[in-house]
Formats: sequence, structure tokens, C-alpha cells
Amino acid sequence: MSDTQLEVRGLTVHHGQLRAIDDVSFSLAHGEVLAMIGANGAGKSTLLRTLAGLHQPTSGTIEFAGVDIAPLRPHRRVDLGISLVPEGRRLFSSMTLEENLQVGAFHANKGPFNIQRVYELFDWMPDRRKQHVWQLSGGEQQAVAIGRALVANPKVLLLDELSLGLAPIIIERIYSLVPEIVSHGVSILIVEQDVAQGVAVADRVHCLLEGKTSLTGVPADLTSDQIDRAYFGADLAHVAPPSEVGG
Amino acid sequence: MIWLNVIIQGILLGGFYALFACGLSLMFGVLKVINLAHGDMAVVAAYVAVFLTPHLHIPELWSFLVVVPIFGVIGYIGQRTLIQKSIDRDPFTTLLVTFGLSVVIENLLLEAYTANGQTVTIGTLITKSWHPTSIIYISYLSLMVLAVAVGVLALLQLFLSRTGTGRLIRAVADDREAAQLSGANYRHIFGIAAAIACATVALAGIAYGMMTQFEPTSGGVNLLFAFEAVVIGGIGSLWGTLVGGIALGVAQQFGAHFNPQYQVLAGNVLFLLVLAVRPQGLFGKRTALA
Repeated sequence: MSDTQLEVRGLTVHHGQLRAIDDVSFSLAHGEVLAMIGANGAGKSTLLRTLAGLHQPTSGTIEFAGVDIAPLRPHRRVDLGISLVPEGRRLFSSMTLEENLQVGAFHANKGPFNIQRVYELFDWMPDRRKQHVWQLSGGEQQAVAIGRALVANPKVLLLDELSLGLAPIIIERIYSLVPEIVSHGVSILIVEQDVAQGVAVADRVHCLLEGKTSLTGVPADLTSDQIDRAYFGADLAHVAPPSEVGG
Repeated sequence: MIWLNVIIQGILLGGFYALFACGLSLMFGVLKVINLAHGDMAVVAAYVAVFLTPHLHIPELWSFLVVVPIFGVIGYIGQRTLIQKSIDRDPFTTLLVTFGLSVVIENLLLEAYTANGQTVTIGTLITKSWHPTSIIYISYLSLMVLAVAVGVLALLQLFLSRTGTGRLIRAVADDREAAQLSGANYRHIFGIAAAIACATVALAGIAYGMMTQFEPTSGGVNLLFAFEAVVIGGIGSLWGTLVGGIALGVAQQFGAHFNPQYQVLAGNVLFLLVLAVRPQGLFGKRTALA
């Protein structure tokens, strides 16, 4: 298993009393795209935030390149090569587009990506680099958030709900970058509510239901019925009318 | 002409308030910590200038060369230990801790140096001034303090906008979590911001000691004026702090012109007016209130 970049074993994370992630295990190989799908509240974002170091796990291990990183603070994980594009983009609102990228580049690792390279990926950016980020559209802000993570040259890129609040055409354009990023050997862990989008770009799919693994597999081997059941926790075709539920 | 003089005196006084307030503004803007010991730390700097730097055979006028770096180091260490520990608990703990610090500092100063008034002696400079007309007089010392305030704010602005570390400070102020995800060790960044804040506090304290008599309890009233300057100017805006300080200074001088008792009152009235009409301050962003 020398090909494994990230290995998560028996991960359990609590939000106060709530068990948000319950004994989840998976691994991510070099240059692999894994889609973590699941409904609202399934624990996907919590999982990514735990991998980035923003939450402490209750138990379980997170091995990155063979080293347990669970005790490390978020900035140390960035140094090692784990970058999260957080849900809601979370750009630095008082700064320009370029300054946002400069912050990302300040502690950057060596690698293929730099600000210039990001400007090539998003060719509209150079003209607008002096603009404040609040002047950008949602899709443009999402692009800046991705660029800010890329310039750190991560080995594992964690993408949280890229599609949230964006038009389908924009989402498609953003996801079209995934092969380009992967071609540099970067592994990507995608969290998506938009199942079709997640499944389309992923090498493997991991479905969470109420914090537990409900399904794993290669997209080609999975039927949409299987995914629906893993996603919602019920067979939709046979859901009883409300009056009979719980009867 | 009389009014022109009132305004000029107000601007000069405002320069001092801005110098005093910029550390407070930085601590709140970046760390979200309201440092209630801010005024007392300034007074400590003045005491150090009067009682300790003469041992080093440094004239009191130049004492800031020693005191400012020392305060920078104290700021960094204090942040990484005491203040960070209280931030980790919850925001209200920082209020209690800095309030406690304030009480401890005042009493230690009383114990060590008594309640007698002190000044930072600067020789004949204190009396020198420039009289462009018979009514207007401009004290060299006040002018120097204003120049230092503008210089400090300009340097700080340059540092925050042009250097990598400065950008990280702004990033942490904007969104601490996102800054961590960009590789910033926010505790270290907090320490740097606190070091800068403490260094400016030391400068302000020494300037205060040159301009007027101080005693162990002088910090409180200056903290109030610094607060007012920050609120009037708008939280998170350095130049706003300068304008806020000057607006406060001018208001106080106008009040004092009618009756010396009205000096503080006029400043407070302006402060309340700004709070009522434009709660985010003259240069503040509305989002800063959220």
C-alpha cells in the first residue's frame, strides 16, 4: 500500500454530545479522486474539517504519508500538504483577489502551482486581480478559494461543497479543472450534496449516512438505486405514505 | 483666529489620542480582545522611562529606544501565554483577565513609586513653541507627538498592506479559520500583532509622560479616550483611528474653550453622537458590527 496518500481508520468525531462521524475508514491513493457524498447533516463537512485539523477526533487515526497527523494543528497540516477549500469559500473579505492568493502562497510548499499558474487556469483573474473579493460573483469567489488552496501546493486537496449556491454551468466549469489538478499527482477528496456531480468526476465514491459509511465503490459498479438508498437511508420507491410511517 | 487656534490645538491633542488608540484598535481588530489594561501599560512605560532608563545613562527623551523594544517582547510573550490562554476559554475571560491586569499594575505601581505625580523630563523642549501669529501657538512637543502618530500609523499601514506577515495579520483578522487553512499559525500571528500593539502603547505612554504629569492611576482616563477615538474612527480602520482621535481632540478643545470643565464632556457628546448616528464609526464597515 505504498501508493496510499491518506489513510483514515476508525475515525469518530463528536460535536458536543452528537456523534457526527462514527467509525469511518477509507484511504486515498496518489492522484485519486474520492467523492464523499451524503445528505445534509451526514457528517461530510465535519469529516473534511477533521482532516484539515479544525476538529479533533474522539478516536481513530489519520495517517498522511504514513505519519499520524491527528495531533497536528491546521497550519502544520498545510505544511505537510493537506489543504481544504472550506464550505462557503471563506475568502479574506478585506483583501483583493491577488492578496487572497498571496496569503495562500506565503507558507507554500514547493510544487507545480503558483499565483502565475492559477492565473493561467482562470484566465479572467489577471485583469481583476486588484479587485476586492466582494466584487466577484459566487463562482469567481469559488475559483479564488480553489486558487488560494492550490498555491500552497497540496498533495491532498479537500473540496467542501464547491457547488453550493452556484449555477450549473459554473459548477461544470469548476469541476472541469479536476483532471488538470490530478494530473500533477494531487489526490482530491470531494464532498458534495450534488451526487451526480460528485459521481461524475470521482474514481471512487464513499457515501455517508448519519455519520456512518453506508456505501463504497467504483461509480461504474453502482446503480443509482444503490446510491439513493445509501444517500437517504431508505428505498425511495417503497416509502410508505405519511399516515403509515412509524405505524 | 481664536477658532483656528482651537482647531489646531484639537488636532495636536488628537495626534496623541490616535497614537494611544492604535494599539487598542489593533488588539481588537485582530485578536478581538479588548485590552482593559491598555492605559495602565502605557503608564508602566512612562514609569520605566523615568525610573529605569536613567540607570542606562540614556536621556529620558530617548528612552523609547529601549522601552519600545522591551514592550514589544513583553507583548509577544504576554499574548502567547496569558492572553492566548484566556482567548482559548472564551471572549469574556479576556475582559476579566485584562481588567485584573489593570488592577494589579496600578497597585504595583502605587506600591513601588507611591501616588506622587511624575513626568518624563525632556529639558527645555517642553516650553518651546512656534507662534505664527499672536494668537496661535504650536508646541514643538505636541507637534512631535502628532508627527510620531502619523508616522506610526503610516508604517503600520504599509506593513499590513505590503508585507507577507502583514497580510497574514489581516487574514487572521478577517477569518481566523481560513487563515489557518492557508498555513498561518494564528497564535504566532496574534503574538506579532500584540507585540506591535504593546510597542505603540509604550510610545504613547512615554509621550504622555512628556506632555503631562502622570501617576499610577492615570491609565483609566486615557483608556476611555482611546476607546472613544477607536469608536469614532471606526473599528478596524487605522486612518479612521487618526481621524477619530483628531475629532475627539477638536471636540474637547471646543468644549474647553467655553469652559474648561466641558472638555471631557464635549468629547463624550461627540462619541455618543457618532454611536447614535453612525455606529460603525466614520471609517468603519457596517459588517464590523456583526
